Amino acid sequence: MSQSFDAVVIGAGIVGAACAYYLTRAGLRVAVAERGTVASGTTGAGEGNILISDKQPGPELELTRLSQRLWRELGDELGPEAELDPKGGLVVAAGPAELSGLEQFAASQAEAGVRAQAVPPGELPELEPHLARGLAGGVFYPEDMQVQPMMAAALLLHRAAERGAELRFRHEVTGLETAAGRVTGVRTSAGLLSTELVVNAAGTWAGEVAGLAGLPLPVLPRRGFIVVTEALPVLIRHKVYTADYVANVASGSAGLEVSTVIEGTASGTVLIGASRERVGFDRSSSLRIVGLLAAQAARLFPVLAQARAIRFYRGFRPYCPDHLPVIGADDRLAGLLHACGHEGAGVGLAPATGHLIAQLAAGQEPSLPVAPFSPARFAEAARA
Amino acid sequence: MPEPISVTVDGADWLVPPGITIAAAFTTRGQPGWRRTRLRGEPRGLSCGIGVCFDCLVTVNGTPGVRACLAEVRPGDVISTETGSGFAGSAAGPAAWEPEASVAAERCDVAVVGAGPAGLTAAVTAADAGCTVQVLDLGERPGGQFWRWGPATADGRFHHGWAAFTALRHRFDAHQAGGRIVCRPGHAVFQVQPPAGNESWFRVQAVAGDRERAYAWVLARAVVVATGAYDLQLPVPGWTLPGVMAAGAAQALLKSSAVTAGRRVVVAGAGPFLLPVAAGLAQAGARVVAVAEAGQPADYVRHPAALAASWRKLPEAAGYLARLTRHRVPVLRRHAVIAAAGDGRLESVTLARLDRDWRPVPGTERTMAADVLAAGYGFVPQVELLAEAGARLAGQAAVAGADQQTTVPGLFAAGETTGVGGSDLARAEGEIAGRAAARLVGRAVAPPARTVVRERAALRQFAAVMQAVHAVRPGWADWPGDDTVVCRCEEVTLGRMRAAAGLGADDARSIKLLARPGMGWCQGRICGPPVASLLASGLTPAESPSRPLAQPVPLSVLAQLAGPDSASKM
Repeated sequence: MSQSFDAVVIGAGIVGAACAYYLTRAGLRVAVAERGTVASGTTGAGEGNILISDKQPGPELELTRLSQRLWRELGDELGPEAELDPKGGLVVAAGPAELSGLEQFAASQAEAGVRAQAVPPGELPELEPHLARGLAGGVFYPEDMQVQPMMAAALLLHRAAERGAELRFRHEVTGLETAAGRVTGVRTSAGLLSTELVVNAAGTWAGEVAGLAGLPLPVLPRRGFIVVTEALPVLIRHKVYTADYVANVASGSAGLEVSTVIEGTASGTVLIGASRERVGFDRSSSLRIVGLLAAQAARLFPVLAQARAIRFYRGFRPYCPDHLPVIGADDRLAGLLHACGHEGAGVGLAPATGHLIAQLAAGQEPSLPVAPFSPARFAEAARA
Repeated sequence: MPEPISVTVDGADWLVPPGITIAAAFTTRGQPGWRRTRLRGEPRGLSCGIGVCFDCLVTVNGTPGVRACLAEVRPGDVISTETGSGFAGSAAGPAAWEPEASVAAERCDVAVVGAGPAGLTAAVTAADAGCTVQVLDLGERPGGQFWRWGPATADGRFHHGWAAFTALRHRFDAHQAGGRIVCRPGHAVFQVQPPAGNESWFRVQAVAGDRERAYAWVLARAVVVATGAYDLQLPVPGWTLPGVMAAGAAQALLKSSAVTAGRRVVVAGAGPFLLPVAAGLAQAGARVVAVAEAGQPADYVRHPAALAASWRKLPEAAGYLARLTRHRVPVLRRHAVIAAAGDGRLESVTLARLDRDWRPVPGTERTMAADVLAAGYGFVPQVELLAEAGARLAGQAAVAGADQQTTVPGLFAAGETTGVGGSDLARAEGEIAGRAAARLVGRAVAPPARTVVRERAALRQFAAVMQAVHAVRPGWADWPGDDTVVCRCEEVTLGRMRAAAGLGADDARSIKLLARPGMGWCQGRICGPPVASLLASGLTPAESPSRPLAQPVPLSVLAQLAGPDSASKM
């Protein structure tokens, strides 16, 4: 059985959901093909961060600014169930060296228009009463937000479905049909979806999807663990992380890197991250990493030492060698667009990604230059 | 009667019998509920009764989140009831916390997790063969739930098979005296880590200590996991009211503390376990107004071969029935309690007759006064430790070979963890596992007697028939309503779960991600099986849930798993 669509989005994570949302808003007839169900990949293993604090000036920061504006609109449209919370982020520095690095970074961000407020050590307790004493200082970013990512993805898809999108959960994509150098359809475990436009939003598995058409795309898994506490009274008001987090995100190391990232959620649990390591899709538990996360959390917030962890989970961030997402047309196969490789920032960057993809699909001038995110950059890097 | 002891509860002095659980103390004071929930402010009390559901938490001597169903009162205890999370950290401030010292690692041949019929048998069997054995158990004294006991019940008058337990304990104590067995009560094992790489040691990790804040671990060359099972409860309107509890919780109060759960009791559910629960309560002086069995025990006649193989079970059931008749307890077949009601505590239940699929037959509903509903629809094996260690599961039970070894070499499962079958089967499996573990670590030991192996086969056959006759039928989905709380921890209603299903969630994990059932303290142990059953008509079979921490672990304990380099930079 074959059905015909203007566009087929592969993947029902937060990025695929945002693509389906904006494509249907542009009037396209869309199908979403997903081998699991809503948010069953990395979206369901994340914290729901919408951060600007960790972005250095450049294309990703501009993408973030667009995305934050769109998230604020979506927060109203999706309603309270999406739990969009403009809580703000606090980056803290343990010693003078980290503080000076942090302040320089914040100054460069401020020049690019990011709101960043220096917080002297004496004022840290006002922002976070349970923060360890003796820190050198911090920077507060009022624009950082958090969302319930699974619910947000589900609600975006629901809105898309109201505008006619067909959600094909439990349909695994098994191949891309092509003719004369362009896409003609998506083969799934439950039949063919005919289309001339395919959006690859398969997240950490996007490289495999591109591989179905014989096209290499360097999206690789970067594993992370998150420790979850029992529900607690409100102890932690903002997203709080240590200044080394930004360096670890940007690092190209395959080895383990652990920084301290802590936040409360609307449900009362406290989420503790963040570890990064390149170990493929290894799903085994590492109690050593979980222990490191716990130790660091208890040092940053001593009150957490007596709180109890009730679970931890692992996820696989889709990362590209240059830590930028892949957004735009693949010039090797007409009709194939990529929307993937967002690493740990997929939730934050999803609306901008969907918005740009919809503009590209409609042949409009995109709101931002997409060249820095173009899949062609990998071929250029290989030639260089 | 021994001298009562004095404890303080929310500022009031209470005199209570020594050695009873804190939950039993509340019960004797006529107070079935003591905690208030975080979101809805609803009263809660004893529910599972055996440390699985975390609904009965109290603060004891400043430590929040203590399970009242497990902890026993001690003279001078200062107990306070909790609202919401009960977390006292914000009041105590950052400096007030001192982590407890961890317990040094000890090496042994065989570690046994769980000191019930299977675990105790495995431990003494392995020790008989010359092994050094460490036994880690959540309870305060060996016996497990089946032989749970306390100072007030040490005569075994509320127990079954007490002579067998006494004999087993005699051997157990002798091995303790001889140094072969080390028993570690009050250990909440949160993970069993198989040997990594070229190592040969399993690492069994637990939270221990008075305040459940110390880290303890044992290194063993073989591990037997005998963590038992807990009651399957089905959510009905009102089932979170104090006074509504698992059948096993009523039984545990009696066995541990000689306390009856209430005055007018209805026992409901499915399976032969209901009979001893009702008989025990009646014997202890409660008025059991009805036993409602949802299944149709007459169906046993369809399986005469299995019945013949386990002939001993018949007189046992007949004995309980005779006792119930003596106490004038009506036993209603194909009936269920489909709702509970009361103002802050249970006051009445609604009984209904069921059709073959367990749908209530219209017009048969009747309401009766009761202050306790003890309900159980079978049992759920506790297999988290095995699953996280990598052992393969089949349905809810671990896959085990003829020698009780799981798919992880050196890791054995015995008792209910391999499938629910009762204490006799648990002892047979424990003996086979104990011998196999001893052989694995190099002891010369004879294979199990053929009678034991035959007994295991016969009892398993009977258990399969029992489960078929009493299996939960899909019509129970008509009992709860959209406003019925299904997940007790996160207070998620069936309506919210259905809304999540409407957004595309079609399996237990995606329902959980969208609506949060199973995200709380018990990690879906209580609501997981009913949620899976409610979804069973859906598209996707439930994955076995991932619970990497089988018990809550304080971050101060978790931090010790990081190894020596954890003291580096913040």
